Amino acid sequence: MSNSQWPLWEVFTQKKSGLPFEHAGSVHAPDKELALQNARDVYSRRNEATCIWVVPSEYIISSTPEDMGSFFEPSNDKIYRHPNFYKTPGASFE
Amino acid sequence: MHTPTEQERETEFQARIDRGEMIEPKDWMPERYRKQLIRMMSQHAHSEVVGMLPEGNWITRAPSLRRKAVLLAKVQDEGGHGLYIYCGTETLDVSREQMIDDLLSGKAKYSSIFNYPTQTWADIGAIGWLVDGAAIVNQTALAKCSYGPYSRAMVRICKEENFHHKQGYEILATLMKGTPEQRAMAQDSMNRWWWPSLMMFGPSDKDSPNSGELMRWKVKRHSNDDLRQRFIDRTVPQAENIGLKVPDADLKFNPETKHYNHGEIDWAEFYNVIKGNGICNRERLKARREAHQQGAWVREAAEAFAAKHKENMIAA
Repeated sequence: MSNSQWPLWEVFTQKKSGLPFEHAGSVHAPDKELALQNARDVYSRRNEATCIWVVPSEYIISSTPEDMGSFFEPSNDKIYRHPNFYKTPGASFE
Repeated sequence: MHTPTEQERETEFQARIDRGEMIEPKDWMPERYRKQLIRMMSQHAHSEVVGMLPEGNWITRAPSLRRKAVLLAKVQDEGGHGLYIYCGTETLDVSREQMIDDLLSGKAKYSSIFNYPTQTWADIGAIGWLVDGAAIVNQTALAKCSYGPYSRAMVRICKEENFHHKQGYEILATLMKGTPEQRAMAQDSMNRWWWPSLMMFGPSDKDSPNSGELMRWKVKRHSNDDLRQRFIDRTVPQAENIGLKVPDADLKFNPETKHYNHGEIDWAEFYNVIKGNGICNRERLKARREAHQQGAWVREAAEAFAAKHKENMIAA
């Protein structure tokens, strides 16, 4: 019955300058201009954004849950990267 | 390496849920979990979209410019809510096109409440206060559900529903301070919307076939009856506050349980509307189909424009 749903875009919004962009959701749109306009209408009806990024969903590359263990291993086994690994008797670091 | 069996994967999946972990789109999930979520989420999205129709009915006849602007903004929000949930559902590998086809063909369901007509302006108040009030109770619970995209959509929606809820109450409060005719109009609306609003929470726990499984997966966090009770407990005092009578002769506060006891719900009516015999079932679907067909040229034109623009970019 429907004949087109247009490509999918992922939407990222920045609440105000200085803050990181956050994934808000996705929209369908035929091109980048309409993707931006749809993203504004769907994800920022109450000043939730001062800036919006839209990215064709097909260009988002994600790590997979299956390789979660080995993929993030390099960060798991280096507890000495955290300050609380170190003993600093009596000294204040505030 | 040992490849986990289906059974082992299900056990691990349940363990994750029991630990309070959230499930994300790429995670392994039982096929049944995926199917149940698609069913629930698409029904929910359709309800938002069809829900625009009864309210849209009053946009041109809103009693003031203020009320008209508010109603327009509310109806636009409902469309937005539909889109949040459609996009959440798409993460489960079903296309929006497919979902919309299922709605338009009558295969998919939406909330029965929207098959009741909006006969008077007071009904716009009742929808905001009662229907959205019930939806808030439901959606606040769903915001803690185990599927990440659904939960995130609910958090967003709950923030926006509070405006819907309050503007509805304001409409009825204003009418209740008006002429005897206006008060009668508000009460009549209350009489017609109260019971269908209670039915929005679904069948009683003992007759709800999907509840056990959905609770185990933490898709549902509370039973239908618990949520219904929560809605009644918070809504009855609001009704009394503006002098509206709840149309239930058996309604009584129980000081022991600190909850309101309520009368029997007419489930025959509920199932009859679900089956398609409500006052507006046919009209709602007809309106959705027409909107979809009449919007076809816009979708095609935008697509043609995008294609042409792409050609030009390549040529240049």
